[in-house]
Amino acid sequence: MSILQSIKNAVRSRSIHVSYIDVGSCNGCDIEVLACLAPRYDIEQYGIYVHNNPREADVLLVIGSVTPQWEDKLRNIWEKIPAPKAAIAIGNCPISGCVYARKGSLTTPPVKNYIPIAAEVPGCPPRPTEILSAILSVAPLIFKDYEEKQS
Amino acid sequence: MPERIIVPFGPQHPVLPEPIHIDLVLEDEKVVEAIPSIGYIHRGLEQLVQKREYPEFVYVAERICGICSFIHSLCYCQGIEKIMEIEVPDRARYLRTIWSEYSRLHSHLLWLGLFADSMGFENLFMRSWRLREKVLDVLEDTTGGRVIQGTCKVGGVRRDIGQEKLDEIHRGLESFEEECRDLGHVFLNDTTVKNRLRGLGVLSKAEAYDLGAVGPTARASGVEMDHRETGYAAYGDLGFKPVIETAGDCYARCAVRLREVHASIDLVRRAIEEMPEGPIDVKVRGTPEGEYFSRAEQPRGEVVYYLRGDGTKNLSRARIRTPTLTNIPSLVKMLPGVQLADVPVVVLSIDPCISCTER
Repeated sequence: MSILQSIKNAVRSRSIHVSYIDVGSCNGCDIEVLACLAPRYDIEQYGIYVHNNPREADVLLVIGSVTPQWEDKLRNIWEKIPAPKAAIAIGNCPISGCVYARKGSLTTPPVKNYIPIAAEVPGCPPRPTEILSAILSVAPLIFKDYEEKQS
Repeated sequence: MPERIIVPFGPQHPVLPEPIHIDLVLEDEKVVEAIPSIGYIHRGLEQLVQKREYPEFVYVAERICGICSFIHSLCYCQGIEKIMEIEVPDRARYLRTIWSEYSRLHSHLLWLGLFADSMGFENLFMRSWRLREKVLDVLEDTTGGRVIQGTCKVGGVRRDIGQEKLDEIHRGLESFEEECRDLGHVFLNDTTVKNRLRGLGVLSKAEAYDLGAVGPTARASGVEMDHRETGYAAYGDLGFKPVIETAGDCYARCAVRLREVHASIDLVRRAIEEMPEGPIDVKVRGTPEGEYFSRAEQPRGEVVYYLRGDGTKNLSRARIRTPTLTNIPSLVKMLPGVQLADVPVVVLSIDPCISCTER
C-alpha cells in the first residue's frame, strides 16, 4: 500500500459526510435520520457529519419510494456526488414501496432501478441506531483502499 | 431601480428536510415575490382508498405524514365510526387523547429544534431534541413505535396502557414540564433570538383569516381557531382553551407553540387523572355507507377528511385537506420584504410538512 493511500484511508475513516434526500416518503424516516444528530445517538462522535449538500457528500441516504418528479432529479443528485460514494436506502419505501405499493399510487419503487444502492435498512421507520450501524458498516467497505481497487 | 434576480430555493436544500421548491424574486437582498411549486412527493394516496379495505386504510392514513401520524389515523377512524354509527368506549377516547397530545408534544419540540437550527442556534437545537427523546420514549413504551404508532383502529384502540404505566407517565411529566419551561425561557427571552424574530414575516389578523391560515400560524395572528374546542375524542370532557398571540410575527408563532407544549402537558395530566375504566374497543361489523366530514386538530392546524362509502369494503372517495396546504398562501404573503438570509426562518415558521401537503 502506498503512503498516499494509507493517509487517505486514515482520513476517510473519521470523516464521512452524509446527505439525505426525500423522494416521496411519509417523513417518518426523515426525522429518524435527523434524530441521529440529536444528543442521544450523536452521529458526530463516529466522525459522520450531516450537511445535506450533495457536492461535499460521501454517503447519500435515499428515503421514500420514487415519485415521477424525482426520477431524473435523483440521478442528477447522484451524479453531483464526487467519487468514492455510496447510497443507502432507508426504510421500507425505497426497497418495496411499503404501504404505497398498490396499483393506482404514483410511486415507482424500488430505488435501485435508478441509482446503485450499497445497503438497505428495512423498517417503517428504522431506528436511528440501525441507520447509524448501516452507515458505519458500509463506509469502510467502500472507502478503504478505494484508489488501489480502481487501478 | 435595482436589477431583479431569481434564486431557486429547494427542492434539495440544506435547511429543508423535505422537498419544496420556491422561486425567490430578489431586489438586492430583499425578497419581492415568492413563487412556490409543490408536487415532489405526491404519491396518490387518496386513490389508494379504492384499493385498500376500509380497516386497512388506517395504515395508509398513518403514513400520509410521519410526524402527525396518530392524528391522521384518529381523524380517519373518527369519520368511519360516524358513518357506521359506532360508539367508541370512553377509555379508548381518553387513550386517543393522550397519544394525540404526545404526538403534538413531539411535533412541537421537533419544530422548535429545527427552528433554532434555521437561525443557526445549534445548542438550542440539541436541547429541544434531547427533550423530544423523552416524549418518544413514552410513545415507544406505550405503543411500540417511536414515530409511527399504529394503535388507532376503527372502533377503538389496539393497546391499553396499564395503571402503573399511567402513574409513571404522570410522575415523569413534572420534571419534563420543568425542562420545557427552561427551554421556553431561552426561546422567549434570549436577546439574539428576540432581535432575530421580532417583526419578521408579519401576518395580520385579517390577512390570516382571508388567506385561510390554520393552526399556530392563524393563532399567532390572533385568530381564535382551534378544532380541539369542538370536543372530539375526550377534549369535550377535559375542557380546553386555545392559545392566542396577537403580534403575527415569527416570535409570536414560536410563543404559541411553546405555550401549546404546556397546554398539551396539562391535557395529558388531566386525561390520566380522569381516565375511566372499561373496554378499549368494540367489534365492528358491516361496511360503511354514507358520507362524513371528519375534522381534527393537528400540530400544524386543522385536518379535514371527507369520506364516502357505498356499502362495499372499499370506500369510493376520500378527500384529505391538510394544514400546510392552506398555510402556503400565508407563507407567500409573509415572504415579500424579508432579507434573503431570513427566508429559511420564515419558511420554517409555518412548520411546513410537505408529506402532508402532497399526500
